[in-house]
Amino acid sequence: MNRNIVLCGVGGQGTVLASKLIAAAAMANGISVMSAETIGMAQRGGNVFSHLRLGDNLYSPMIESGTADLIIGFEPGETVRMLPFLKPDGYVVVNKRAIHPVTATLTGSNYQGQAMLDYLQSRVSHLMIIDGDAACQEIGSAKVLNMVLLGAAVRTGMLGITEEDIKSAMHKTLPEKFHALNDRAIDYTR
Amino acid sequence: MHDEFLMGNAAIAMGAIASGVNLVAGYPGTPSTEVLETIAKHRSKDTYVEWSVNEKAAMELAAGASYAGARTMVTMKQVGLNVASDPLMSLEYVGIKGGMVILVADDPGPVSSQTEQDTRHYAAFSKMPCFDPSSAQEAYEMVQEAYEYSEQYGTPVFLRPTTRVCHGYASITVKDPEEYITHTPDGFVKDSRRWVIFPRLSYANHAKIEARNEALTHVFSEYSKNKIYPEAGEQTGSSSVNESCSRKGIATGGISFTYVMETLKSCDMVRTMKVSTPFPFPEDLAVTFLTGLDEVLCIEELDPVIERELTYICGKYHLPVKIYGKLSHHISASGENTRDSVTRAIRAFLELHNTDPQNVNDPHAAASGDSSADNSSASDSEASAVPELPIRPPVLCAGCPHRASFYAVKQAMKGRKTIYCGDIGCYTLGNAMPLDMVDTCLCMGAGLNIAQGVGRIEPDTVCFAFVGDSTFFASAITGVVNAVYNQADMTLIVLDNSTTAMTGHQPHPGTGQTMMGEIVAKVSIEDVLHGIGVEVVKTINPLHLTEAVDTIKEVADLPGVKAVIFKSPCIAIVPPNPALHIHDTCIKCKRCITELGCPAIFIEDGKVQIDPSLCTGCSLCSQVCPVHAITGGDDHES
Ligand code: SF4
Ligand code: SF4
Repeated sequence: MNRNIVLCGVGGQGTVLASKLIAAAAMANGISVMSAETIGMAQRGGNVFSHLRLGDNLYSPMIESGTADLIIGFEPGETVRMLPFLKPDGYVVVNKRAIHPVTATLTGSNYQGQAMLDYLQSRVSHLMIIDGDAACQEIGSAKVLNMVLLGAAVRTGMLGITEEDIKSAMHKTLPEKFHALNDRAIDYTR
Repeated sequence: MHDEFLMGNAAIAMGAIASGVNLVAGYPGTPSTEVLETIAKHRSKDTYVEWSVNEKAAMELAAGASYAGARTMVTMKQVGLNVASDPLMSLEYVGIKGGMVILVADDPGPVSSQTEQDTRHYAAFSKMPCFDPSSAQEAYEMVQEAYEYSEQYGTPVFLRPTTRVCHGYASITVKDPEEYITHTPDGFVKDSRRWVIFPRLSYANHAKIEARNEALTHVFSEYSKNKIYPEAGEQTGSSSVNESCSRKGIATGGISFTYVMETLKSCDMVRTMKVSTPFPFPEDLAVTFLTGLDEVLCIEELDPVIERELTYICGKYHLPVKIYGKLSHHISASGENTRDSVTRAIRAFLELHNTDPQNVNDPHAAASGDSSADNSSASDSEASAVPELPIRPPVLCAGCPHRASFYAVKQAMKGRKTIYCGDIGCYTLGNAMPLDMVDTCLCMGAGLNIAQGVGRIEPDTVCFAFVGDSTFFASAITGVVNAVYNQADMTLIVLDNSTTAMTGHQPHPGTGQTMMGEIVAKVSIEDVLHGIGVEVVKTINPLHLTEAVDTIKEVADLPGVKAVIFKSPCIAIVPPNPALHIHDTCIKCKRCITELGCPAIFIEDGKVQIDPSLCTGCSLCSQVCPVHAITGGDDHES
């Protein structure tokens, strides 16, 4: 089974680690993986994305528009930006909290997260909106947003990997003192 | 053999290690940087690795080691090769002994570079063979093959990946450490007729090089990675290959090859040639490919190298094949190819009878410098309904000391006629509003000399050049010597954040650390400037705003060359101070926002606020607020 996944957000939100963990979990199950990341200047507060492809007979790490099974959106506007990649009937997991670009504050442009969520709601049949702020607060760390979203992404069934797969990939990647916290984050949307 | 999930650059690094590389030198530059970093991390203890002061130094160092029989690699981004082009052009005439791979990463888009230059031209220009990988797996194998060719033919060879190959990850098959080659250098053997370049030697070797490259066009026609698809006996996937498609072919290379193969999975398979050695071009293979075809579409990035070669071969062999690509406007002349743009081009090529150029000016097809813009290629029918998306140009980080430096100079020079010549690094982002403090930016180290040039024509302009610490060592010192010697009037601002921030915090001569992990004496920028003869050199912390502004005012109008070193570490390499907060005494004048543009400050529900997860407590905003509404953090309390 081939899967195309897009992760997107703003530089510094932890998209890269999330994409690495999915890759590691898939590989542990013997699934081949290709991915592509934004690296370089855009990481300085710009919009970032990862393309992730699981399955056989892959040539390119990049995804064609209209073919993503799942978009994991760390920010509403960035999710809308990546929406053309979603295939009809695809799944979207999106964090509710909008991040205002510096330019918005300067130019007085009126970027509203809600308008983005409304738009997603009108376009996406399988949409899961996550209140990432509330989740982080409840779990007690501002740094676990990526794990919360990852847990939700696993539960869409679109990754073809289980909660346990993701957790064991995380345990292999992060120092032990962070395991319990991140386990809770992955479980949050259960 | 085992499988590993590796970034293309890491795959190249592991390939070099598996080849027994003895010495690796380079200068950081996106998208090449991770190659050297990965080698440094996984090297055996007798492999020597360094960040050199610039690419020219790296190239010469690797050449020397190769003279002594070592297997070497030198790494850089495409514009870095311009700096190293002097040794490059002569080196081929002299040749090498130990295998030498010149890793140059090209950047179609460009995603993070000044130019869209194509290193395949440099290969042809310098007459060195060039390998062009299309994937991480291929790059891994190619490095190892490149060393073999390099030693067999006594020439350095290029490995030229592009951004999407460098930064693409894949699960690839790699060797176990027991399978690595150990290469033992046999030492430098004195022979001035071999190692000293003289016109007579150049003349003799030139003829040999041309003959060798001619031979290589045949050798590379047999090289397994130059290939025609479908392979003999391989089914084309779809039985519906219609008559006209059987006389059409596609020629491609690099990452575009992978896009083509993905597209052809869902179309009819047509004859496709992958070019993995753009120089010397696999001519016999190309003739086999072209024979029997009427039309060929060339899908490549940057310059139409394959397209020109095929056009030339058609002429040379009288082959009646029409060659399409960038020159015929079937493929966009600039920007990167994408899955979507390649699919569109192939569909147009295969389905239309007369291959009118498709509309390559389609805004979605034009992969602008902003890669995300291309990836947003929305189906046009829906585009109108999409709410306005936030624009996120890269900006200086919250708390970045460069913001304070730029702001101090801007304040000090208010109302004066000035020019601010910028340079390459994070601080190029000082051009963004509201700072707007970069008037020019050309290439590494250029700002200093451009400032002098403007000053010669406009003596009433106060000329500033901004240069980062790493760039200072890499290529600005000669500019200072030039300014001092020629009695220029200018102020040099060194933005010293104690690292090479833009490319991911590499050490440099001023940091006192090497890539081998040694702690060494720091090269002092202040001492260098004094040594050159710059008499006024002031070092201050830009986060002390008043002092910084006063210093600039005091220094700017002195005659001759003056320097101010703004010293404050990059926020990414030191722990942050506690975040500041804005009190209710805020009068909402928005000065903190409109003057500084720190990404940590925002307005929500009509209230000016600081995001504590971004704020590093640099205190700059508190020094700008007219009513002292911003407090907290360590220093500058109240
Ligand atoms: S102290 Fe002010 S200027 Fe500095 S990082 Fe915090 S909000 Fe930005
Ligand atoms: S400068 Fe001070 S008073 Fe003005 S908006 Fe900022 S915090 Fe408020």
